[in-house]
Amino acid sequence: MIVNNETIAHLAKDNQRLDGRSLIEYRQPIKIETNISWTAEGSAKVQIGETVIMAGVKLSLEKPYNDTPDQGGIMINAELLPLSSPDYESGPPGIKAIELARVTDRGIREAKAIDMKKLCVTPGEKAWFVIVDIVTINDAGNLFDAASLAVLSALKAAKFPVVDPETGAINYKKKTEESLPLLKEPLAVTVYKINGSLLIDPTSEEEKSYDARLTVASDDNGTISAMQKGGDSPLSIDEVEKICDIALEKAKFLRKELNAALK
Amino acid sequence: MVYTKRLDGRKIDELRPMEAKAGVIPNADGSAMFKAGKTTAYAAVYGPREMYPRFLQNPKIGVLRCHYGMMPFSGSGERIRPGNSRRAQEIAMVMTKALNNVVDLSAFPNAVVDVYVDLPQTDAGTRCAAISAASMALADAGIPMKDMISSVAVGQVDGTVVADLCYDEEAYDAIVSDVPVAMTHNSREITLLQMDGEISKDDLIKSLRMADSVLDKVYDLQKSALKERFSMDKGAEK
Repeated sequence: MIVNNETIAHLAKDNQRLDGRSLIEYRQPIKIETNISWTAEGSAKVQIGETVIMAGVKLSLEKPYNDTPDQGGIMINAELLPLSSPDYESGPPGIKAIELARVTDRGIREAKAIDMKKLCVTPGEKAWFVIVDIVTINDAGNLFDAASLAVLSALKAAKFPVVDPETGAINYKKKTEESLPLLKEPLAVTVYKINGSLLIDPTSEEEKSYDARLTVASDDNGTISAMQKGGDSPLSIDEVEKICDIALEKAKFLRKELNAALK
Repeated sequence: MVYTKRLDGRKIDELRPMEAKAGVIPNADGSAMFKAGKTTAYAAVYGPREMYPRFLQNPKIGVLRCHYGMMPFSGSGERIRPGNSRRAQEIAMVMTKALNNVVDLSAFPNAVVDVYVDLPQTDAGTRCAAISAASMALADAGIPMKDMISSVAVGQVDGTVVADLCYDEEAYDAIVSDVPVAMTHNSREITLLQMDGEISKDDLIKSLRMADSVLDKVYDLQKSALKERFSMDKGAEK
């Protein structure tokens, strides 16, 4: 697709966008669907505009790490499937997938969103490990926000599988009623700077034209748990302050959408 | 013990509830979703586009290349490590052979048509759902095709020939055989045939005849989903 970076930059300066949205408005529809995969302990499919992303939670019992013998663990992985964009190729995750996974991971991990101690079954021997896989179905821009929303939805929907009390083997085909011990619910909002203007939820074309971006993950209390700056241009402290205001406000909006969808 | 009543209560030639939708991935040149029971396949077609690596180019004709992947959370047991397993590579190969019979890429020398299939949840019959979805996605992409391909697994569970085995039937504690089949709709020819387990020649032929008859249901669903995608009122909003 031919992208006219100049047009996008020019419009942004006048607070306008190619698709007619305001600068701080998410695309529609926003759809959140959970339990889309019976094989996952928790799963979700999130759509923002034309961007579609899935997240699936798998739980396993492992030996805790030596430095945290009384805790479980979490790992978040992302796959940018060639199915989801003509730009993606098969093979091991590239830097874009790695950044997406790590930024999403930090938002959850650093907020201490999951009570890791409650995941411990036998200290030093056995604890639950949570692995979340993010999979893109259609990348039409703004994977960071969509991934964060999908991961939190999948975590909220997850149920522990049944464990055989005698053998200790996991019966993945049977789920208990028990949910993950979630303490906080962090969500990421990424604000992009194009030609001096700040905007959210970029399309693929806008994503190819940005100067700088800042992802801000925040929980229900407005506490920030992770950030990541991207892009080649710098940001001023004033801009970071404005970005945080936008991100905190929009996280509230996404949280409302999430709560409405999971009701 | 004779298998007279199926585990999920279906008739012997009854397929699991199916769903199909075309045009589910806007970025792709063609796409489709096909669901059979608790197995879901998404397929996306990209191309014809330039073939890389270049040494795989064919100056006489375009090349069809299928890819198959189970999402890490799509197995009923532990998490599946991402990456191309031997199984995935073999399935991609037989899918390519199954679909190659009906596509005509003679107008696209040096080009490739990539078909990506990924599954978010599986309960047996994944290659069949993958092929049925891929065939729809190729049609959605407007790739020249002389026929449609539909696919289903048939087989024998403890002496009874059945259609569209679910995982619990494949794992049934008796003599079981699983025969994935793909067929062309108009010419009624078999383009994919694999089998594992144990089966007599008579039961095999009986199974194939059953596949031949039940595949019309798969075809009807594929066709109606494609028609839905290109119906006048739907087309207008795109």
